[in-house]
Amino acid sequence: MLVPILEMTGITKRFPGVKALSNVDFRLFPGEVHALMGENGAGKSTLIKVLTGVYSIDEGSVMIEDQSVSISGPLEAQKAGISTVYQEVNLCPNLTVAENIFIGREPLKFGKIQWKKMNKDADQLLRERLNLSIDVTLPLHAYSVAIQQLIAIARALSISAKVLILDEPTSSLDQNEVQQLFSIMRKLKSEGLAILFVTHFLDQVYEMSDRITVLRNGELEGEYLAAELPKIELVLKMIGKELKLLEELPKLSEESKSSVGNTMITASELGRKGAIKPFNLEIRKGEVVGLAGLLGSGRTEIARLLFGVDRPDEGKLVVAESGSTVKSPRQAIDQGIAFCSENRKTEGIIDDLTVRENIILALQATRGWSRPLSRKKQDEIADQYIKMLNINPPNPEHLIKNLSGGNQQKVLLARWLLTEPDLLILDEPTRGIDIGAKAEIQKLVLSLAKQGMSVLFISSEMEEVIRVSDRVAILRDRTKVKELGSGEINQQQIMQAMAGG
Amino acid sequence: MRGKLYQHYLFWPLVVLGTLLLFNLIYSPDFFSIVVRQGNLYGSLIDILNFGAPLILVSIGMTLVIATGGIDLSVGSIVAISGAMACLSISKGTDQNSLLLVLGAVGASIVLSIILGVWNGVLVTVTRIQPIIATLILMVAGRGIAQLITSGQIITVSNSNYEYIGAGSLAALPFSIFIVAAVLLIASLLTRRTALGLFIESVGSNSNASRLAGLRSKTVILTVYIFCGLCAGIAGLILSSNVSSADGNNAGLWYELDAILAVVIGGTSLNGGRFYLMGTVVGALIIQTLTTTIYMIGVPPEITLVVKAFVVLAVCLIQSESFRKTLMTRWKKRNYPAEQEVTRHA
Repeated sequence: MLVPILEMTGITKRFPGVKALSNVDFRLFPGEVHALMGENGAGKSTLIKVLTGVYSIDEGSVMIEDQSVSISGPLEAQKAGISTVYQEVNLCPNLTVAENIFIGREPLKFGKIQWKKMNKDADQLLRERLNLSIDVTLPLHAYSVAIQQLIAIARALSISAKVLILDEPTSSLDQNEVQQLFSIMRKLKSEGLAILFVTHFLDQVYEMSDRITVLRNGELEGEYLAAELPKIELVLKMIGKELKLLEELPKLSEESKSSVGNTMITASELGRKGAIKPFNLEIRKGEVVGLAGLLGSGRTEIARLLFGVDRPDEGKLVVAESGSTVKSPRQAIDQGIAFCSENRKTEGIIDDLTVRENIILALQATRGWSRPLSRKKQDEIADQYIKMLNINPPNPEHLIKNLSGGNQQKVLLARWLLTEPDLLILDEPTRGIDIGAKAEIQKLVLSLAKQGMSVLFISSEMEEVIRVSDRVAILRDRTKVKELGSGEINQQQIMQAMAGG
Repeated sequence: MRGKLYQHYLFWPLVVLGTLLLFNLIYSPDFFSIVVRQGNLYGSLIDILNFGAPLILVSIGMTLVIATGGIDLSVGSIVAISGAMACLSISKGTDQNSLLLVLGAVGASIVLSIILGVWNGVLVTVTRIQPIIATLILMVAGRGIAQLITSGQIITVSNSNYEYIGAGSLAALPFSIFIVAAVLLIASLLTRRTALGLFIESVGSNSNASRLAGLRSKTVILTVYIFCGLCAGIAGLILSSNVSSADGNNAGLWYELDAILAVVIGGTSLNGGRFYLMGTVVGALIIQTLTTTIYMIGVPPEITLVVKAFVVLAVCLIQSESFRKTLMTRWKKRNYPAEQEVTRHA
């Protein structure tokens, strides 16, 4: 019988008004990948934060290698051998890669930083442990999010971790990068590292993990061997109810396909240097157009051009109804376009404001400063959308920054639905969202389309694109390479186009 | 969290203000007494309100600028320019008794202050210079402009109409108090009864996301700099009218720093976002009371600034939640800085 390297027993954590964790047990063995599963707000993040010393523990104990420890801060967690890589990369974008890896632990000689040694060590670390050869003297922001993620892992590893926590590491990676990450995880696992893996991708859970712990509503649902828990069982345990939602979807999609109307917006030879090569795209009323492609293939860039966030260098964009073009987000909104960005944190939520204020923001901006929505009206709207989208906690006066990622996404969705757009651009609307909410959002998209709204749906998950779209445009290397009509959409076609076959 | 008095954002600023006022009682037992002389009210409290009026005005403007994540270092210079402009116009006038002359002078000052506000706003929004640098330009250049207007001299005027602004009385109270009240009322109405406050907080919290939500961030930012310039201009009028002269060199000196301090004491974060106008007013009153106190207890002039610095330090520490917590829960071995951050907002 193996001895767990980490054992948490009876963990309870309360926040004002909420019991985030109650009596949760969790253990982790050396040389295993352990998946922590649960819906948004099930307590995954809280459990991780308790483990890494960000939050204190109200009740319960933590043992590392049979020693009872009290972790009172991120630094002590590191000392105890627990390293974490968070969903959003927590590094300094304007420092070099090497500096980021060794920050706070720079090799010193007579109090002076040995830059050469530091760069060499960083280079070696990335090369040997992560099979990554990059210029470590460039600032971090010169690299893609995927590389940054790997650098964050490298940093965690170089602090001699016994336990590595990966919180949604794959949510912003494309397929190849995910595989690269997985091969690194396998390597680390074989070296005896215990990895706690949090993700929303079920396939990835089954590809990587040996053991699965499921949380629900802050309580432990159970711990299972991955091999002995069928996927559907896992889903049922996570949401605790029958999952009929997803099965209803294809039918809905069939119905909506008949109701496609006139042209809504036309992009002809629209392009921007370094972002997207000139492309043609037409979106009709009540149509769901999917954009498929790997990360960095130009999906987001198209959305940004359509919404007027970036200016095109060439080509024309015409909104059919007004006959005019779109030069700024303000103009885009005035012409009935809404854009839910993939970067929730930097381009979506307004941290300091409440859920209510975040929901009404776009509508209020459209009305202008001099015609404020009355407080009563605001409350009504907030309550209505909180109910409709099932936002949790259902308190409109909660600060949005304290909500979980999935709920923040729902608030943003509410913000845009409230403006009653003709065209809704959704960039990765389901990223980092649990499966129940995912199905809700997909269903919502289809019912909106049925009511005549056009939707541009961008997602890395091909199945999702296929499920909701009437038409799919496929991108590769910043070029639109193919468009598939309703009859021709299937996984293989899209895959081939994406890969360049 | 609801209903707990000490968690109200005004609680600690008011405690500090109250303590300062009470402290004065030790040195001057009749500190709180207000007497009626020639139909006007006199007393230390009235003085604090009267002399604090310019600072409160400047701080109100500063609050909105800081709420957008900016800062305006040029307010002190605008105070000087505005006063200089008004005094110059009046001194050039032929008919000193004409009300029109004073109105014209006041109008010229206010227009000039607005132009200076536009200048700051344009530098920040159009040329995208960081606010601290953009307004530093006018902070430095503004003193020069003020001296240019006064030709390097102190312009003295004797015009009873002009004096009324800063030294006159209305309904037994100094007229400047009414100016402050009016500006405060207008600022509160504009920010809380319209959506302007929401827009300012939104832009200050995340300007990129605000733009994507359809806000004209630049217009919002431009507006607050103009408003801030206007407030500083009015403050300049009060100050120069109070002493019936304009001193390009010293009028409004270090006002920007006092104003920033008042805003921060009032609970508005320098990072932008949520702002508290009433907090700022209390903050400005704290600073004014402190100045009065220092004079009253007879601190030697050469160390007044040191004393002031220590009190400000104490005020900031008392206001800091984490400091209070450390102080109160020293026996608790563990503390979780990140968690405090979370629970404070929860």
